[in-house]
Amino acid sequence: MILTGTAHVYGDNIDTDRIIPGKYTKTLNMQELADHVFEDLDPEFRAKLTAGDILVAGNNFGCGSSREQAPLALKKAGVSIVIARSFARIFYRNAINIGLPIIEIKDHTINDKDQLKVNLSTGEVENVTKSLKYIGSEMPSVMIDIINDGGLVPYLKKRGTYQLV
Amino acid sequence: MGQTLVEKIISSHSGKTIQQNEIAIVNVDAVMASDTTAPLTIKSFEEMGGTQVWDSSKVVFVIDHAAPAPNERIANLHSLMRDFAKKQGIKLYDAGSGICHQLMVENGHVKPGQLVLGADSHTCTYGALGAFATGVGSTDLAAVLLTGKTWIKVPETIKIQLNGTLQPGVSAKDLILFLVGQLGIDGATYKAIEFTGEAITNLSLDSRLTIANMVIEMGAKAGFVDTIGLELPYEFEPIKADEDAKYESVYAFDVSQLEPQVAIPHSPDNVKPISEVEGSMIQQAFLGSCTNGRLEDLHEAANILKGKRVHPEVRFMIAAASTEVYLQALQDGTAEILTRAGATFLPSGCGPCVGTHLGVPGNDEGIISSTNRNFRGRMGNRNSNVYLSSPAVVAASALFGKITNPKKLLKEAVK
Ligand code: SF4
Repeated sequence: MILTGTAHVYGDNIDTDRIIPGKYTKTLNMQELADHVFEDLDPEFRAKLTAGDILVAGNNFGCGSSREQAPLALKKAGVSIVIARSFARIFYRNAINIGLPIIEIKDHTINDKDQLKVNLSTGEVENVTKSLKYIGSEMPSVMIDIINDGGLVPYLKKRGTYQLV
Repeated sequence: MGQTLVEKIISSHSGKTIQQNEIAIVNVDAVMASDTTAPLTIKSFEEMGGTQVWDSSKVVFVIDHAAPAPNERIANLHSLMRDFAKKQGIKLYDAGSGICHQLMVENGHVKPGQLVLGADSHTCTYGALGAFATGVGSTDLAAVLLTGKTWIKVPETIKIQLNGTLQPGVSAKDLILFLVGQLGIDGATYKAIEFTGEAITNLSLDSRLTIANMVIEMGAKAGFVDTIGLELPYEFEPIKADEDAKYESVYAFDVSQLEPQVAIPHSPDNVKPISEVEGSMIQQAFLGSCTNGRLEDLHEAANILKGKRVHPEVRFMIAAASTEVYLQALQDGTAEILTRAGATFLPSGCGPCVGTHLGVPGNDEGIISSTNRNFRGRMGNRNSNVYLSSPAVVAASALFGKITNPKKLLKEAVK
């Protein structure tokens, strides 16, 4: 699958409290999450974001809490994929589990507003604005299966339990 | 080749000998979800087609993050949890019982050598018992409810050797804050940590829980506190890494000269020795959380505040980590000392730690807190400044309305 979109670039160590503050996490209404995404980091974010845009960050994106509401809020707000130099562990798993694509690119040089083209199957990201290509880090095979099935819910519905190849 | 603790526990739960960086499917001994994560867990479990959890005796729900319910939306989520727990026959600790991690340890839902998952990042706390325990999201937890299993990439391990003896007035919290400052907020991402050395083996269970609690503040998947010297209310087989286990890195620190440490806004790894931040004004002090809401922590504060009264412009709040802790503090007079000193006891639970309700600070206010995170907005207001410290520093600072080294006060108390 190919995704194209505009990059919104943020820095290192964006924690889950800044992705979705704790006071808004207690809900099953995804729109309520999306309404407060990034509120304490960049109150303008929601106004800037067009559905399909790409979120780009530095190191350790999503550190802190285990709240799955963080990737859920980003997904519902319209972020198509998150690219970061590195991810915090729990966020990484959560994003894959709920079907929000993410790619780790250790040495990306993406700037705000760059146009990106992402090939999800190969993990290749093209920076159209800068005419550069980056390649994402490899994922464990079980994660690739989860992504291909569309998240952990469809994965388990289909297979009943975890499988290693 | 020898094995680290995490390799041993994952091997024993996957039915084969496994080493770092391999992927394993493991049997899970127990799972926990709170009112922040259980509602989504239930939703995912039902979407997966789940009808009955794999083993109702191994599932624990806790209503602690927004408890008692501050509004109708959350009240209804609590009802959803209660209904599910009743239908499934699983243990639910209702509002006021305490913080999930304290209840898991206190009530024996987790034991040394086990593999436990919690839908809360501070599940790593149980590493104080020599268990492999890590935080996952709601959907990962739902998958365990369905299958009793999860998949894990076996982490590499960092070994931290802590030598020397802590000075009076310096506690396990200062130790772990110091280490978070040294390694940084992503210094142990994807890794396990083993803590060992005489500074550790002399510590109480309460202190060991404080240390394991904050390994996630370095990004770690799990932390293990050496079980040498650990006292538990039941018999257990101590679990040890092999002499020839392979470590990703080894650190050694002599902590004899360590002074109290403070994490300044807005990150838990922004750690300074207290001498560099003494005098910063605070309007609120909070003693509590899964990091420092236990009896030992309340004792430290009472030691400093006995017969005194906190600064008139400071709101001092305490939430005991569990009802059991609160009862003990009532019985031994600690709760009275603290209340007479001006403290307000909140329901046992997360309280102000996560900014949902109970003690949200105002704009530009300074807060000294015994919790584990001071990310911007963590306590519910992005325009406030949260400082993290030990219970002794919280108490001493509450007394003067500014960040204060408890050392001087402890000397007075001894006299
Ligand atoms: S006390 Fe704070 S850190 Fe601990 S579980 Fe509750 S909200 Fe999380």
